[in-house]
Amino acid sequence: MSVWFPTSLPTLVRRERASLAAALGAPVVALGGAIALNLGLYVLMGRDPAAVVYAMLFEPFLSWASFSEVLLKAGPLLLIAQGLAIGFRAKVFNIGAEGQFILGAIFASAIPVWFPQASGQWIWPAMLLLGAIGGAIWASLTAFWRVRLNANEILVSLMLSLVAAQLLNYLLLGPWKDPNGFNFPQSVMFQYDAMVPTLITGTRVNVSFLITLGLSVAAWVFMQKSFMGYKLQVGGLAPRAAGYAGFREGWAIWLSLLIGGFAAGLAGAAEVAGPLGQLQRSVASGYGYAAIIVAYLGGLHPIGIVISALVMAVIYIGGDNAMVSASLPIAAVRVFQGSLLLAYLIAVAFVRYRLEWHRTAQRSLP
Amino acid sequence: MNAIEFILAGMLAAATPFLLAALGELVAERAGVLNLGVEGLMALGAVLAFIVVYHGGGHFLGFIVAGLGSAALSLLFAFVTLGFRANQVAAGLAIGILGQGLSALFGKTYESLTVKGLPKLALPALSELPVIGGLFVQDIVVWISLAATLALWAILAYTKLGLVVRAVGENPKAAHAIGYSVISVRILAIAFGGAMAGFAGAYAAVVYTPLWADGMIAGRGWIAIALVVFGTWLTGRIFLGACLFGAVSLMGLAAQATGLDVPSQLLSSLPYLVTIIVLGIISADRRLLKLNGVASLGEPFER
Repeated sequence: MSVWFPTSLPTLVRRERASLAAALGAPVVALGGAIALNLGLYVLMGRDPAAVVYAMLFEPFLSWASFSEVLLKAGPLLLIAQGLAIGFRAKVFNIGAEGQFILGAIFASAIPVWFPQASGQWIWPAMLLLGAIGGAIWASLTAFWRVRLNANEILVSLMLSLVAAQLLNYLLLGPWKDPNGFNFPQSVMFQYDAMVPTLITGTRVNVSFLITLGLSVAAWVFMQKSFMGYKLQVGGLAPRAAGYAGFREGWAIWLSLLIGGFAAGLAGAAEVAGPLGQLQRSVASGYGYAAIIVAYLGGLHPIGIVISALVMAVIYIGGDNAMVSASLPIAAVRVFQGSLLLAYLIAVAFVRYRLEWHRTAQRSLP
Repeated sequence: MNAIEFILAGMLAAATPFLLAALGELVAERAGVLNLGVEGLMALGAVLAFIVVYHGGGHFLGFIVAGLGSAALSLLFAFVTLGFRANQVAAGLAIGILGQGLSALFGKTYESLTVKGLPKLALPALSELPVIGGLFVQDIVVWISLAATLALWAILAYTKLGLVVRAVGENPKAAHAIGYSVISVRILAIAFGGAMAGFAGAYAAVVYTPLWADGMIAGRGWIAIALVVFGTWLTGRIFLGACLFGAVSLMGLAAQATGLDVPSQLLSSLPYLVTIIVLGIISADRRLLKLNGVASLGEPFER
């Protein structure tokens, strides 16, 4: 042991009770750490850090036009992350939200693609509902594989995301391609009634943002106040205890995945019926993966997730800005996301542990 | 060349990235660590090797740099999971996203460029055989990978080093009690897994299809993780599984060559679909998984 870790190094010692201060501080510290680390990287890449900071962290707030884009971006991240967090708390690691999101977009698009002339106020709500059902159906495959066949849900849900991306490509290059679209891989533009009504005039923020906020409240009630949510959490924290109490594991897996798929599918539907206005490849832009980080960064808590979704949306919009004004490659956003999650995982260790600098050798002796 | 000859000739080369990455992950998991970042580690290895080879550094140096780079990134995983006892699933995902981001960042100016691959070496006599002759015409990395597979099998099964790694994964408390440093064994296992993922990515980018494109690893890292489950943590079965996936990933090409009227997207998703199906079949036998599975997999070690 001493070869690798000299005893002078600090050691983690379990706290007697979890530290609330550390729990609240962890995301903030992680964000600061990730910003510092990534700025260092940009300097190494020869970029002006001041320009990047300005573009990434300030510009999104400087005009209503760009802040409304932050809200627009935060919507799907928030919705997907709320769904995922419920599963993560029950230790059901659905990391296939990207595929469920894509299926939601596809299911929702079926109405305007098949009935381009249809009109009526029922169309966009029906699309959102259909999309949510599509996402839940895609997630139910993972649930079936996990519960009936005992297959690891991480691998199955991820594989299904890769299949979903191919399915999207197939539809856009084949049967659903717009015949008048100059051979671009995209569907027809949706008709007026297939679009979610705008919430704030002059911006692209639409009614689905309200639905997302409403569902966030529902997630909070479900997780903090309902018996079902309690059962799920017990199953995640102490599977054995949950078993003795009669909480079935299979039930928790089905519920977690269906909720996650429903939320991701709804987000996918809102994306095509909102900012995109048609089914196109760019719908598969990694929201499903980013939402995993949003869920963790929000401490898997419905309220924390609202804040972390906004933070992540700022990083997205700011990254777009920095791409233009500081010529930062867009891949930098992915690097930022990865390092942010790593920094959070380090910071969050201090909720349950504290560092002790003088751990004497004698203490480990009997 | 008919479809069977085509698949036999290319199978081992197509299997090599799966095999290398899965062997690395096997060692990490045997030591009790679930590293889900393989996809990102492979992507980083791929871009590093590509950059070295593109600038004339040669394939050997390319593989070395890829192995070191990915091992370094995997040590970050070790730092977070072993040093700070972070959830291994979340940390693996973070490493995966970070690796993919870094690879896209480094590879931006190399997008769609190509390099020269490696020549194929034919075994005398055996390569003359009808139908299966193609199996014996392979590049040097394939031969080295086969030797590495054999060596790893022997080390894990028959040496003290292998025993220590397995003990640390099965019962870390006991391994610690008899004086082995669980943490250092796990650090080394993670670094080994990272280096192997780097080699796997390097093979994909500078030998198998010698070009760089963002997203070129295309889920192979995840399939490698699934392969460890398919192989029920046994080297020989992982090798067979890798060959199966090598064959499956060639079936798409073979089907297109024979003019079969199947959408190319269905053929591209074949490896993913096969992964889902095989994972279901193998996992359904719970006894098999329990018998061979690693007891402390994914659990942080606390003294």
